[in-house]
Amino acid sequence: MEKKSKSFYVLTAFFGLFILFLYGPTLTIGILSFQGPGGGLTFPMQGTSLNWFRELFQEQAVGDIWGSFRRSFALGLMVMVTTVVVSVMGGFAFRKRFAGSGILFYLIIASLVIPSILISLGVGLIFNQFGLKIHWATSGFGSQLTWTLPFGLLIMFAVFNRFDKSFEEAARDQGASPWQTVRYVVLPIIAPSLIGVGLFGFTLSYDEFARTLLTAGSYNTLPLEIFGMTTNVTTPVIYALGTMTTLFSLIIIGAFLLTVWILGKRRARFGSDAGKGV
Amino acid sequence: MLKNRHIQGWLQASPLTLILIGFLILPIITIVVVSFWQATEFSIIPAFTLENYEFLFGSPVTYKVFFATFKYAVITWALTLAIGFTVAYYLAFHIQNQTTQIALFLLCTIPFWTSNIIRMISWIPFLGRNGIANSMLQSWGVIDQPLEWLLYSDFSVILAFVHLYTLFMVVPIFNTMTRIDHSLIEAARDNGASGFQTLTHVILPLTKPGIMIGTIFVLTLVMGDFITVRFMSGSQKANVGRLISNDISLLQYPSAAATAVILLITVLIVIGILLRFVDIRKEL
Repeated sequence: MEKKSKSFYVLTAFFGLFILFLYGPTLTIGILSFQGPGGGLTFPMQGTSLNWFRELFQEQAVGDIWGSFRRSFALGLMVMVTTVVVSVMGGFAFRKRFAGSGILFYLIIASLVIPSILISLGVGLIFNQFGLKIHWATSGFGSQLTWTLPFGLLIMFAVFNRFDKSFEEAARDQGASPWQTVRYVVLPIIAPSLIGVGLFGFTLSYDEFARTLLTAGSYNTLPLEIFGMTTNVTTPVIYALGTMTTLFSLIIIGAFLLTVWILGKRRARFGSDAGKGV
Repeated sequence: MLKNRHIQGWLQASPLTLILIGFLILPIITIVVVSFWQATEFSIIPAFTLENYEFLFGSPVTYKVFFATFKYAVITWALTLAIGFTVAYYLAFHIQNQTTQIALFLLCTIPFWTSNIIRMISWIPFLGRNGIANSMLQSWGVIDQPLEWLLYSDFSVILAFVHLYTLFMVVPIFNTMTRIDHSLIEAARDNGASGFQTLTHVILPLTKPGIMIGTIFVLTLVMGDFITVRFMSGSQKANVGRLISNDISLLQYPSAAATAVILLITVLIVIGILLRFVDIRKEL
């Protein structure tokens, strides 16, 4: 280990400032959401209270927050499951280097880089033209998948590019069927990455705004509801809501990361029986 | 027949293909078709016309708005690249302990999984007329009057873009940096390169693919944005995305579609140029 140079300390300071820049504003509204009942949208604090959180829980006080939260949660789960399943299948497909996979690959990239509002507009137009009802669980669901699937697939590509094929060959040599190889060898190895894909699927859906704007129909998802509030709510209640959703997101992220960590520990403990005899 | 890898591949990729056809290709085709339709105040009429494009290209607003979009994209790109590269460089080359490295990397990426809208709202107490920035600057005696341009200006728009999208630079650049063979850096040092020379002649060229991927993310996100510009400028500034969303809110779908087509072509040209410098499939 070499001696820490001057540039190390400069860069550490830079990194610290970057983290402050990333988290500072969120922490600020976290503090301001405990603003006293007479307080406004900025400092100074007029005492501290739970007033604004209480208002959140009062029916009808600030729109349909809990309904939109339930919808966003349900939609997030739907998108998560679909993203994991479709990405894994897609990942397996791309290993085969089938004819036309190049085109499909660029379609995935296109899905990632296309401005969200185009998806929103296009899907909205299609549903209108065919007389279908726009609903968060149909048009909204599909639109969000065009954003979550590319992330899921890129993760799967990265996973399979690093995948050691000798595990599969060993399983096959021992007489495992193709399905058994997938079920008992490949899936357990890639499991932590699948949890990562699930994390992307859920959180990106839960926070998605642009792609749901014209495709959610008459029932808002939470980000749409929050955005609607920014135009007509001028009290710290919006900070309280922001703090609650951010906390919820952090809990979800924490749960996913914890699962990955536990899986890693378990693997370290039970993964190999080398040296234990038979 | 099922033994054929092409058929098997397409079968496994079929859910993906169907979703992309239904929610990516068909919507774009619809937008292109509708951009040639006529509109009345209440409805859209499937009759061929070029008037949407004629109006678009005939209006000086269009050029101004496209210019503003490029301006936001380029400034945000430069800032996110500078910050993102520095952060990634620090994590990849100055943090030796792998657990610390992963922890700090996660610290940088966690905000990506939280709400963009909330992260924008959270700038208000900082930048407002009586916000933290103004009161701090005033108490230090730097300024006498509160600065008016902190919120609802180009400054706040770009600040929010940098805040939201620097992660998209950090992650791919960090990813390519961690794959750089450390013996190359030792070799450079052994041959007498200074730290700065190693950075510019060894690390920077090897990090180019990551920079390109980050660039693609940032440019497309900023060029396609409408909500950050609307929220952070208090509806006082415009970019192409806002032009589209304004037309949509006025139910002028054909006009919105025409603008969307031009935006899409612009974005695809930019991506097309960038993809000449990087083979994404190789970088995964």
